[in-house]
Amino acid sequence: METSSSQNAADSAPSPVQPDPLAAINEGRTLPSTIHESVLAEEAVLEVKDFRLWYGAAQALYDISFPVPQGKVTALIGPSGCGKSTLLRSVNRLNDLIDSVRIEGDMNLSGDSIYGPSVDVIELRKRMGMVFQKSNPFPMSIYENVVYALRIDGENRKSVLDEVCERSLRGAALWDEVKDRLDELALGLSGGQQQRLCIARAIAAEPEVLLMDEPCSALDPIATGKIEDLIHSLRGEYTILIVTHNMQQASRTSDYTAFMYLGRLIELGRTSDIFTRPSLRATEDYITGRFG
Amino acid sequence: MATQLQERIEEIKKRILMLGGMVEEAVGDAIRAVEDRSHDLAERVIEHDREIDRKEIELEQECLAALTLEQPVAVDLRFVVAVFKMNNDLERIGDLAANIAEQAKLLAAEKEIRRIPFDLKGMERQAQAMLRQSLDALVNQDAELAEIVCCADERVDKIYRQMFRQVEEEIRRRPEDVQQLIHLLTIARMLERVADHAVNIAEDVLYLKSGEIWRHRAWRSSA
Repeated sequence: METSSSQNAADSAPSPVQPDPLAAINEGRTLPSTIHESVLAEEAVLEVKDFRLWYGAAQALYDISFPVPQGKVTALIGPSGCGKSTLLRSVNRLNDLIDSVRIEGDMNLSGDSIYGPSVDVIELRKRMGMVFQKSNPFPMSIYENVVYALRIDGENRKSVLDEVCERSLRGAALWDEVKDRLDELALGLSGGQQQRLCIARAIAAEPEVLLMDEPCSALDPIATGKIEDLIHSLRGEYTILIVTHNMQQASRTSDYTAFMYLGRLIELGRTSDIFTRPSLRATEDYITGRFG
Repeated sequence: MATQLQERIEEIKKRILMLGGMVEEAVGDAIRAVEDRSHDLAERVIEHDREIDRKEIELEQECLAALTLEQPVAVDLRFVVAVFKMNNDLERIGDLAANIAEQAKLLAAEKEIRRIPFDLKGMERQAQAMLRQSLDALVNQDAELAEIVCCADERVDKIYRQMFRQVEEEIRRRPEDVQQLIHLLTIARMLERVADHAVNIAEDVLYLKSGEIWRHRAWRSSA
């Protein structure tokens, strides 16, 4: 396992002196993130570049730079308040809606700037899907929920909408459960079904990136299992960036895992490496429950 | 949850060390039974192996419980996996001690030969030292000591090859002792296997420390 960062190359252990990002944070510094070579070898669909964010005077994200590999599931883990959700919501500029937020740096989606001055935020958001902690189906039928994005884009041909509806519901592993009641209100579905409906709605527009903010935290273990299976089956076709508090969920569902702490990206690598032999002591201490 | 896992890990550590101690003693007693031509001591070693087998199973169950119930990751996962494998090696060493004891019983029943044509005691010391050092490397998480054990195996292999030639010559010289000499060579072969298992344990310590799998490497001592 090889790792690199802009200044430090941490070889696989038995390692000599390795970077200590926590000590640096205590001294008010931010070390470059340790990004494994396996991540850098992937083609990136999304690139975060020197991204910093403040809520008023309080800085929430520090110098974050990393690629999000195309067609892979990347999980963001870290203790509460470490900036995972803030970072995720920055990708589709949801933080623009908060007045006190100020950012520096940029992100690129398939090479296009996300924070550039001429970016049309509505158009940008069409290229991404977002699934939240709590499912949020619109108060309309199952069918209309799924095709909503196409409708507002002016698509009204029934054959196209029908095809997208079926494809998306199949993609979200919900088709068999709802195919006979597409005209019923989406709010009548169970919590787990509603969440899969939201995923179907998100993938209907064929997003370049699917952002998921703790999509299972309000679900029971069975519904969670279904969403995790779904995330697994969506990989390859979709790029997924998922925030989760549940480390087993990160290890089960993701290809890559990024560990964040106090607004910094500490280490990013293949999930199997992060959970069996992380490069940094800080990552190891967090995932083994020694702190955080 | 982390505390509970740490408690389990401490328990696993205690158990593997206890098993290591039992196995070390079994090898020592087996060789003593050979030297002293003691049928009784050999019987005790064979009997004791059943206890070693029981401890191996208990430790395996403990590791499985830790894996299933605590789902350890990173260094904790590597520790449990490493012990899981070492447990197997220690049990095999226990079997080898029992096999040596079987040979001791056979030798005790044969006419005593005038001299053992090689340094059996020296080989036992070497194999036992490797076993002890591999367990010390585990306790102290000492990668350097683990590497020393891995490199020492080359010497044991060399001693065994020499013994093989010495026994060959001795059989030519004193064909009437062929039975006893073959038993002795079998015992030497088993000590050589003990050293191999000690190397496996040391390699697992290196895995535990580094996360890299170190098996199947050609270890060369610098000495």
